[in-house]
Amino acid sequence: MKIPYYPGCTLKTTAKPFEDTTKAVSEVLGIELLEMPRWNCCGTVYSLASDDLMHQLAPIRNLIRVQDMGYDRVTTLCSMCYNTLEQANQLVKGDPEKLEKMNSFMDQEKDYTGGVTVVHYLTLLKEMGFDSLPVKNPLKGLTVVPYYGCLLLRPEEISIDNPERPTIMAELLAALGATVVDHPYKLECCGSYHTVDYKEVVCEKTYHILSSARKRGAEAVVLSCPLCEFNLDFRQKDLEQELAPMPILYFSQLLAVSLGLFDALGFDQHYVDPEPLLKEKGLLR
Amino acid sequence: MTEDIKTRMIKVYIMGREYEVPEGLTIMKAMEYAGYRFIRGAGCRAGFCGACGTIFRKKDEYKFRTALACQTPAEDGMYLTELPFVPANKAEYELEELTSEPSIIVSLYPEIARCVSCNTCTKACPQDLQVMDYIQASLRGDINQAAELSFDCLQCGLCAARCPADIVHYHVGQLARRVYGKYVLPRSQHLKERNDEIKAGAFDQEMEKLTAMGLEQLKKLYTERDIEK
Ligand code: FES
Repeated sequence: MKIPYYPGCTLKTTAKPFEDTTKAVSEVLGIELLEMPRWNCCGTVYSLASDDLMHQLAPIRNLIRVQDMGYDRVTTLCSMCYNTLEQANQLVKGDPEKLEKMNSFMDQEKDYTGGVTVVHYLTLLKEMGFDSLPVKNPLKGLTVVPYYGCLLLRPEEISIDNPERPTIMAELLAALGATVVDHPYKLECCGSYHTVDYKEVVCEKTYHILSSARKRGAEAVVLSCPLCEFNLDFRQKDLEQELAPMPILYFSQLLAVSLGLFDALGFDQHYVDPEPLLKEKGLLR
Repeated sequence: MTEDIKTRMIKVYIMGREYEVPEGLTIMKAMEYAGYRFIRGAGCRAGFCGACGTIFRKKDEYKFRTALACQTPAEDGMYLTELPFVPANKAEYELEELTSEPSIIVSLYPEIARCVSCNTCTKACPQDLQVMDYIQASLRGDINQAAELSFDCLQCGLCAARCPADIVHYHVGQLARRVYGKYVLPRSQHLKERNDEIKAGAFDQEMEKLTAMGLEQLKKLYTERDIEK
């Protein structure tokens, strides 16, 4: 399967392991990721101001680029990019007047027709069937909790799963052989960009989420968002409370491990190194 | 028999005032014909120095246009003005103290994070560069792409003058190219070798011989030199 791939800014820098492992995995799964030759920042946060179209240009321009490639679907990894792109997409699909205004502003591009769908990579995997994944190195003995945060599921219109009771990541992890435990804070916000100015807000959230995961027996937390990763992983160093270090992993990293792809795991880019845990479980070579 | 070929005249409006100028002149020459003298805002007159960025409107067109005054023909009904300089914020840095890490550009020009991808800069560029794309590349730390996409920039500043986010694209591109040249491109080995040779005096004798020669002798030597084909 060939599909355009929108990387997003963090995937090229701080979340490089997320991209690297996804690329490695895609090769094995026969998903040909066509990295978009031209793309700009997604807009980072979806603008809720209904009369401010300037902030919708960035996401829509990316969708025009997908259209230019001759495809009607694009996949992305970062939850934030997914959310911003697809929310803007839904906005213009449902409001032809706004779309027309934006098209006339972007007069050096082809008009956006509203014909593109943004598909999160997890959805792509689900379409292929989690059970068909060629798992070579099942994650036996590893207990994990999936953490969805906000952006994959809210608002409902763009949710990749049931927004209140999502199971998509749990299903994936179970198919990889891990023991998945449920967790009351799997939808809790990580504090997002408060991490810049109000670190303490994020620390409180992080402690909440991770200590509860720990109580449930989790040995690692699995997610799909570079900002959640930063907050849950790197803010552990600023916690006031005692908490045993909790490894935070992108789902693609565990997918790579389970497919026996060990070359691009990028564990050195984490604050809490997941390697000792995975070694102890005999999952790394 | 020769007939007088009459030059067709066109009307232009310079800062709102009507002038008749011959057809076929560039904007810069049309303004000079009308009596303006460029002390600033002109340089090479050949489309290389970027000193002559200008703004104008065409007859019956809503578009606000930008161009190099020395490269763009004046047309009948154009509204012209002069743009001697674009004031722009320029970061101070010591190139020697920088690195090529991805955050380097945004740390010196944090305002690039205000880019909403409106693409106004790209529309303004008289060099047809993908200006917004190189700002976006800078934002995500892709120094190589920022340097490559901005390579043909003349520093005219029209992008910065038009940007609703107050970004100074041309300085950002220049920084990207500097970092790229200093820290990303491989060092040229032959240059180092040649420098060492010069320092060791390998060409001293030949230099002395040349400087002692008379003009005629030098000319002869020059015309008879071996030319690499
Ligand atoms: S005067 Fe140098 S580019 Fe026009």
